[in-house]
Amino acid sequence: MVEIVITIALLVAGYFTGSILEKNHFKQIEKDEEAYSHIILHSFEELSFESPVKSVYMVSHGTVISHDYFKRFVASLVNIFGGRVTVYESLLDRARREVQNELKKQASQLGASEVSNVRLETSSISKHNTQNQTGCIEVYAYGTAICYEKQV
Amino acid sequence: MNTPASSITLSTLQSIPGQSIQKHFGIVSGNTIRAKHIGRDMMAGLKNIFGGELKGYTELLNESREEATNRMIECAQQLGANAIVNVRYATSSIAAGAAEIYVYGTAVSI
Repeated sequence: MVEIVITIALLVAGYFTGSILEKNHFKQIEKDEEAYSHIILHSFEELSFESPVKSVYMVSHGTVISHDYFKRFVASLVNIFGGRVTVYESLLDRARREVQNELKKQASQLGASEVSNVRLETSSISKHNTQNQTGCIEVYAYGTAICYEKQV
Repeated sequence: MNTPASSITLSTLQSIPGQSIQKHFGIVSGNTIRAKHIGRDMMAGLKNIFGGELKGYTELLNESREEATNRMIECAQQLGANAIVNVRYATSSIAAGAAEIYVYGTAVSI
């Protein structure tokens, strides 16, 4: 009986705090995306402009995020029937967009106008031996920031 | 992360834009294996209920990557290179609670 009450309490806590945190995070991401929209991020091995290059720097950033109790519960239900796990899709979307924003931020601090050859990497950090799996996902991004002699 | 003050230029491209490669020195690499911190682990356990970013782990992994990168840079400096091109990162988890971070690239002089 006590266990059921604890589970329900955790579910409720996870649902409310999780959705508030997610909403705030999305707001922050959208704000950053707008602020750094002048920087181009691409995955080609070439440059977008044919003007002389002043200097190049490597920029990188990683972030670790975790899901909440409610999301884990929903995901375990989906695991029975199969299908799209939309609760996790938004989680990974947040992480990826945040690291990309961070790359843009670092590039703009260096005075670069684009980040070339960006690679995104995802790895899961979790305890394997316990029954209660803690799921943490790390998203890591790196690329080459290019500063042109003339501001383009 | 490569700071502007560093004497070695890092790039994820196959060359350094605006410069030509004079000499190749072969592959240089750096790695580090990090274990989790018990305090951070407990905090992560709490965060797993509420969700959100795990600042402790973010810091830990960024520090580890920096250390691996510095080892790679040292390696390149010993060879007499002044740039590393085509840098790639790789992560693998070797045991529960420990992760290996590996970074490799081609040392060149420009």
